[in-house]
Amino acid sequence: MSNILKIIFSAPLSAKFGMLVVLIYSIVAIFAPFIAPYGEREILGRAFELWSDKYLLGTDNLGRDMLSRMIFGARNTIGLALSITILAFLLGSLTGMIAAALGGWVDQILSRIVDVLMSIPSLIFALLILSIFGTSVPYLIATITVIDATRVYRLARATAMNVVVMDYVEVARVRGEKLGWVIRKEILPNITAPLLAEFGLRFCFVFLFISALSFLGLGLQPPAADWGSMVRDNATLITFEDMTPLLPAGAIALLTIAINFIVDWMLHKSSGLKDVS
Amino acid sequence: MLADANKNSGNEPSATLLEVKGLRIEGLSEKGWQEIVCGVDLKLKRGEILGLIGESGAGKSTIGLAAMGFARDGCRITSGEIIFDGIELCTASEEQKRKLRGNRISYVAQSAAAAFNPAHRLLNQFAEGPVDHKVMSRTEAKEKGRKLYRSLDLPDPDNIGERWPHQVSGGQLQRMMVAMAMSCGPDLIVFDEPTTALDVTTQIEVLKTIKEIVTARNVSAIYITHDLAVVAQLADHLMVLRYGNLIEVNSTGQILEAPKQEYTRALLDARTRHEKTALQISDAETLLSINSVTAGYGNGPDILQEVSVLVERGRTVAVVGESGSGKSTLARVITGLLPPRSGEIHFQSESLPPALAQRSKQQLRKVQMIYQIPDVALNPRQRVRDVVGRPLSFYLGLSGKEREHRIIELLEHIELSEHFIDRLPDELSGGEKQRICIARALAAEPELIICDEVTSALDTIVAKAILDLLQRLQRELSLTYLFISHDLDTVASIADRVVVLYAGRIAEQGPKAAVFQPPFHPYTRLLLSSVPEMRQGWLEETLSTREAKAGIAREVKITERGCPFAERCPVAIPEICVRDRPPLQTPASGHVFACQHAPEMLLDHSA
Repeated sequence: MSNILKIIFSAPLSAKFGMLVVLIYSIVAIFAPFIAPYGEREILGRAFELWSDKYLLGTDNLGRDMLSRMIFGARNTIGLALSITILAFLLGSLTGMIAAALGGWVDQILSRIVDVLMSIPSLIFALLILSIFGTSVPYLIATITVIDATRVYRLARATAMNVVVMDYVEVARVRGEKLGWVIRKEILPNITAPLLAEFGLRFCFVFLFISALSFLGLGLQPPAADWGSMVRDNATLITFEDMTPLLPAGAIALLTIAINFIVDWMLHKSSGLKDVS
Repeated sequence: MLADANKNSGNEPSATLLEVKGLRIEGLSEKGWQEIVCGVDLKLKRGEILGLIGESGAGKSTIGLAAMGFARDGCRITSGEIIFDGIELCTASEEQKRKLRGNRISYVAQSAAAAFNPAHRLLNQFAEGPVDHKVMSRTEAKEKGRKLYRSLDLPDPDNIGERWPHQVSGGQLQRMMVAMAMSCGPDLIVFDEPTTALDVTTQIEVLKTIKEIVTARNVSAIYITHDLAVVAQLADHLMVLRYGNLIEVNSTGQILEAPKQEYTRALLDARTRHEKTALQISDAETLLSINSVTAGYGNGPDILQEVSVLVERGRTVAVVGESGSGKSTLARVITGLLPPRSGEIHFQSESLPPALAQRSKQQLRKVQMIYQIPDVALNPRQRVRDVVGRPLSFYLGLSGKEREHRIIELLEHIELSEHFIDRLPDELSGGEKQRICIARALAAEPELIICDEVTSALDTIVAKAILDLLQRLQRELSLTYLFISHDLDTVASIADRVVVLYAGRIAEQGPKAAVFQPPFHPYTRLLLSSVPEMRQGWLEETLSTREAKAGIAREVKITERGCPFAERCPVAIPEICVRDRPPLQTPASGHVFACQHAPEMLLDHSA
């Protein structure tokens, strides 16, 4: 425990900032019902009320409290994006490493499937699937996971290919190790750095993708709050010189930057580069 | 050519070309800036060759680069003077230095394959320097390139420059690299271990090129190497370095004959052949027998053709040959990575299944392998504990304290202290890494260890220590080694039996003494005569032998019929040798060689 604290304290300022932001976001997301002044779906006042003591950030197009919806939105959007990214990484990196380790026809089949999936523009693909199967949360997760897993697969396979040719992987094979061990102990530790970097980026892309889908009406369905659809619903306010609709967008941007700060730092650490002063 | 003449005019041949005074260079490490070159002086006259010798970490390359006024990233020249032909390089501007580099000072790197850009044709890369320095036009440069290629005896000199780097052999590429260094007609060339990664026969070919070029054109050179025997062929003076300090500097003859320093003697000693006395084992039980194995990759040709080898328990069998002769393929067949197309492998008189997946854990445990390059044979993310401990838990089911105890025991075996247990490979030196690889192999308690060129990536002194260790372990644990190597010096010191492999076929095999003294097969003789000897003038002598004239500067080619060695053989019988398979002859029991000539006839030739 003290070790982890030591590592965190030795982090550069940017990474500390990133961690602070992520910490705040997670607290907000986890304790949303206790922090938010009003309920997620409560219609409280008139539409588009200005900022006031009662509604700190005003109300939205239906008269719901913006601040409360922002807080609940954190929970919905981050939770969704995080679970999709994690699933996509599990699926993509595992299949990628298997393809690299086994090679031959397994690699061929997996890679061609991925090629087919990647050849369809992702937004069109998502629109298609979601309009066929409906826009429930499980389908949303499954669709975006598959789309993103293809990108992760490509990266994992390419980086794992470089590791598989190393003698130490051959040593493990000659020893008689099973595929799982080779992947877990020999390959994975050596490709974590690029995968981590991709994780940060991917998370942001997923976030934006969900927001885009919500904006098109295919993402999280109302009345659940999410930052993407909040921008869409209140976009008209911008024309009246009110910046409130930009707040959810800003929340997305801040989280994206924070995560990338952390990922940069982790990459720097794991690559073993020395600071040249 | 005109430009050269102008540049060199007014300089007497004995004038000092390069002078380095009190050179200090620091390198950045985890502990901050540390001195890696500690006050070195050197003087190089025009037309002279200076050899820099030392192990890795001696600062040889750093000094070599400093002679060009260059310090690598993470290095800085802190004090001293580097004066090249009157120009002080430490204070010279980047622009001034840029004008010198590649033009009047050029550099030949260790690996030509890594130094050439794979995306450009060779001649275009040759022309790059002269055109960039405005010494000559592109057409002139290319013309000069073809001329140089011709004078270096490269095959098809008029067209070879139109090839891509991957289309020529390693030795040819290294020679073209030397040619490229000559493109602007430099005054000084820095050679950084240009032959270290090459076969002995290829090494001769490159050494010949370097010697010709340097003497014919009155160029000065700094030759960096860890191999005294190699540099003895070229250098006028030698500088022995250790940890950035100058140990000894003298003329080559003096250093070889009468070294003054202890360390120089150690270097000489490591390179001197120490014959191992043949083991006397009465009951020579056969441990591994390979019966007429034929193997190849994919749909390609047979890399191994009907190879049969017997390995007796407690002995060391060496497999020698140049790259491309199929040595490593043989190892892959034995370990099961490459199932043979035909033939059988018996281990302890039971038949070994051809493929890895069919072998039992116990069968796998009994054959272990040590690799050539320890850097890639160790997972950079695994600590010594995991590396050595894994075979213990995997094969022997050890865990906890028992396992920990055994790991420490193994570390003691390989002469490392128990503090190494938590280290990562990055925190080990090359020799220590190879020791860990040995410990990993030992952990499985194997019967047979396949050593695939285990010393060729190491410095001479470290390599000798590793060989001593392997021999001690063999005595103590009665291990059996299959020792793959292209270095006959190593083989001579460690092997009991020798198998000479050429283009996937066995040229000769038998007890070491029978194979080497005298060598019957012309290929064995070529290999033996190519091992550099620690005396001046050896290179010229060797080059004048018939074997060298016929055999060096050629590639190993696999042939469908006849004797694959025929086109490099000085005694080949026209028509017959390229047509018919050479018959197997047995001059003494256990000694076999494949040749059309009778043994007496071959011995006559050598006389």
